[in-house]
Formats: sequence, structure tokens, C-alpha cells
Amino acid sequence: MTKLHVSMLALALGGALICAAPIASRAADQPVSKPAGAMSKAADKAVEATKPGPSPAPAKTASAASKVSPETVDGYIKATFGKAPEDWQQRIVPDETMQACNKYRNDVPHEVGDAIMKREIAKVAYPADGKFLGNWKDGAKIANNGQGGQFSDKPETVHGGNCYACHQMAKSEVSFGTLGPSLTHYGKDRNYTEAEIKQAYTKIYNSQAVVPCSNMPRFGTNGFLTEQQIKDVMAFLFDPESPVNKE
Amino acid sequence: MRPITALSAVIAVVLCTMPIVAKAQDASEKEIERYREMISDPMSNPGFLAVDRGEQLWAEKRGTKNVSLESCDLGLGAGRLEGAFAQLPRYFKDADRVMDLEQRLLWCMQNIQGLDTKDVVARRFSGPGKPSDMEDLVAFIANKSTGMKIEPQLSHPKEQEMAAVGEELFHRRGGVMDFSCSTCHGAEGKRIRLQALPYLAGPGKDAQVTMASWPTYRVSQSALRTFQHRLWDCYRQQRWPAPEYGSDGITALTLYLNKIAAGGELAVPSIKR
Repeated sequence: MTKLHVSMLALALGGALICAAPIASRAADQPVSKPAGAMSKAADKAVEATKPGPSPAPAKTASAASKVSPETVDGYIKATFGKAPEDWQQRIVPDETMQACNKYRNDVPHEVGDAIMKREIAKVAYPADGKFLGNWKDGAKIANNGQGGQFSDKPETVHGGNCYACHQMAKSEVSFGTLGPSLTHYGKDRNYTEAEIKQAYTKIYNSQAVVPCSNMPRFGTNGFLTEQQIKDVMAFLFDPESPVNKE
Repeated sequence: MRPITALSAVIAVVLCTMPIVAKAQDASEKEIERYREMISDPMSNPGFLAVDRGEQLWAEKRGTKNVSLESCDLGLGAGRLEGAFAQLPRYFKDADRVMDLEQRLLWCMQNIQGLDTKDVVARRFSGPGKPSDMEDLVAFIANKSTGMKIEPQLSHPKEQEMAAVGEELFHRRGGVMDFSCSTCHGAEGKRIRLQALPYLAGPGKDAQVTMASWPTYRVSQSALRTFQHRLWDCYRQQRWPAPEYGSDGITALTLYLNKIAAGGELAVPSIKR
């Protein structure tokens, strides 16, 4: 081995070491198929998001025993939101699943998590025509649209999925949030398999059917997005021509 | 050795290109930070116009009793303003309630001035050509606590209840998106789009910095905004119904947040995007 080779090898290894730290931190935002190793809680959650089962205990939720009764809290809620239109008030009455998530601050025991998934999977309506993928170009717009459902919106406002608020998707969009895992190359990384497609549809339609007390909205079950909108977002994730799967 | 060397070099190159995206994000965050520093110059903060208007409103004789608010007790004695905001919300014996600044001002307007507060509440948030007495009064009074530390009041049982309810409300999920405050503010180091999100599910610097910077002048809205407005906007973005202005739920959340922000040094009105 020549001196040149030694120094090149040293340089390369050094480079690899220097680069290792940012990569470990970046792994936190990556979905499943990356090597384990220096995985953070966020990455654990990302893994969790793709396979059914109760989520691991979040780091910060030391589920402190509540110092006030639920009735007291309900009293405050009534005083604070009681003058809103009746249908709006109904929206903040927690269903059985949200009651459990609120009670345990999302850190539900396994049996409660199992019950949530069982209850919520029954609320998933799969497309009658059996087709999961719509138009990725429409899906791209839905993923970028943060409108709809706010008390300042007109009722006829078309709802957006606002996916970029929390997820990285197409690489070309630099304005993305980190509340959820990165979804770049989503379909490609999953080999576009039917099982993965169905699983993703289930997750978007009703996140609670996949991860109990997931932070993600139940877009289908709560009627926030239409079936066609969900199909279009699905195409954005799974169409090989979608920018999500390019580069 | 040649192929191994070459392979190592390739690996190093591949590994090194991966963090470029992360670096681009860091760069954009630095730019945002630079922008914030630029607009946080107090001499160019229009929020101080609200402070001046608030000072006039505080001394103006109004209502059926034609008196000013100068005898209003904000917790430290009638008319004493220095440091009062740093200790609000707090329990007031005369009203037998825990009140935040807005609730207390409404109470003083009604009970001391005999003022019909309907118009004040209708103009709770200013709009173009429509100033808000409340925003201006809060700016003036809060400014009198600048440089002082947030000192949450938690000795009275009703204050303790308020803080505990506030914590529950912070974690309470609901609405068509199943969101709570903690959905966005429950973990450290998160972002929504490019906006960094303060961690508010427990004590720490994020809570201190957040609570020490309200009221603020919002450049994007060309208006001085109070924390009442911030929470109203949070609930709007969460797809909850509009919270009632000056309601106990807002006071509870404010007290909970001040509890975890204890010790934060007030610098208000600040200026934000």
C-alpha cells in the first residue's frame, strides 16, 4: 500500500466519521427502511407508524395523575366554547377513542391501544371500486393546501390535507414540518406493494386504526377529506411518476 | 488496496452529500433568525404606539361614573402597575375569581367606571381603522413589567385549580383533526412548515421565551396582539370552535403556561413575524 493510498483511505474514513453525526440526527426524520443504530424516539415512532401495534411510551408524557376532575374540566370547556354553534361544540366532545387518549395523554396501556385499533379499523371505508390511487397531481395540491375547517373559513372552503405542515414529501418543497416522519420516496421504498398501499390508505383514512393515539388526524373517519381526495394523496405517495418517488 | 480505497472514498462522498438537505434547512432557519433580530429592534417596534394609546385610555374618564381606570387594582394595590402583569393571572378577593389582565380590566370597567363593555369586547382584536382599547391597555400595562420575571401565583386553591385545568386543556384533543395544544407543542425541536414550535408541555426555556414575549406587535397583521389573541388563533388553527373572549379556559391555559414559564424575563411588547 502506497503512502497515497493510506492517506486517501484515512481521508475517506475521516470523512465518513465526520458525516456520521449529522446522519444520525437526520435518521430521526427518516421512515422505516433506514438502518437502525442511532435511532431516536421520532424514528421509533416512524417505524411504529408502518406496523400495527401500540406506540411506545412517548418521552415526555409522565402521565401525571390529574389534579382536577373531568367534570371540572368539562365545566371550563362549556364556559369557554359554550357560545359556539351547536355543531361546533359537538366537534370537541371526545369520542371513546379520544377519551382514552386524553385520559392517558396518548400514552395508552397496551390493552387500551388494542381496543382503540379494533374500534377504529371498523370505521375505515375502503374504496368501493377497489382502486386506492387517484391522480398524483391533484394529490400534490391537497398535500400543500392548509385551508378548511377553521372557524374563520367559509363552510364551502375546500379542505386541504396540509400534509407538509408535518411531513417532508416531494424533495423540491423545502417548507415542510417535522411533526411527522419524512415521507420522501414513500412508495418506492415500499416497492409499491398492494399491502403497503392498503396500509397507507388505512393510516390516512383513520390513523387511530394503525397507531393508537397517533397525532395524525383521522381524515376519512372524521370526514375532513373525501374518498377521492384521499385517493389523490395516495397517488402522490405511491405513483412512480410522483415527485415523492423521484430523485 | 485500490478498490477498497476507492470504495471508501465513494462511501464518504455518498454519506457526505446526505446532510446537505439538513444544512439547507439550518441555513434557512438562520435566515429566519436574522430576520427576527432585524425586526426586534425596539426603536422600530410599532407596538409602542399601542403602549402610548393605552396610557391615555388608562387615565381617561369614562363610563356612567365618569372616572378613569387609575384606581383599578391589578393585584398589587389600586393603580399600581409596575410588576402587576408579571403576576397575572391571579386570584382577586373582591371578585372571588382568578382573572387574567383582560378579565380584570373588564371587571374594573364594569365595576369602577360603570362602562358598558359590549363595545370593548366587540373590538377585542383590532382591525384596519378599528383600534382595540384592550390591546392598547394590555400593551401599556404589560410594558410596566418589562425586565421583571414571570411570577405565577399558585398559593390560592382557585389558582391551583386554574393551573391544573390549564394543563388538562393543553393536552385535551378534539375537533375534526383530533388536535390539542400538545399535538404541536408536546415535543422538543419540532417544526410546522418552517416555523419552529416551542415545547410547552413542561417547564423550560421555550416556555419562558414564549410567555415573556406577549403581548407582541405582529408584523404580518400590522397590529399589537395579546396572548388572548394568540390562544384564539391556536384554537382556530386546531379546528376547535372560537373560544369566548375573556373566558376561564383561556385564563387557565395562561396560568398553566406562566407556571411552566416561571422566571422568564418579560420584554414586552415584543415584535414578531
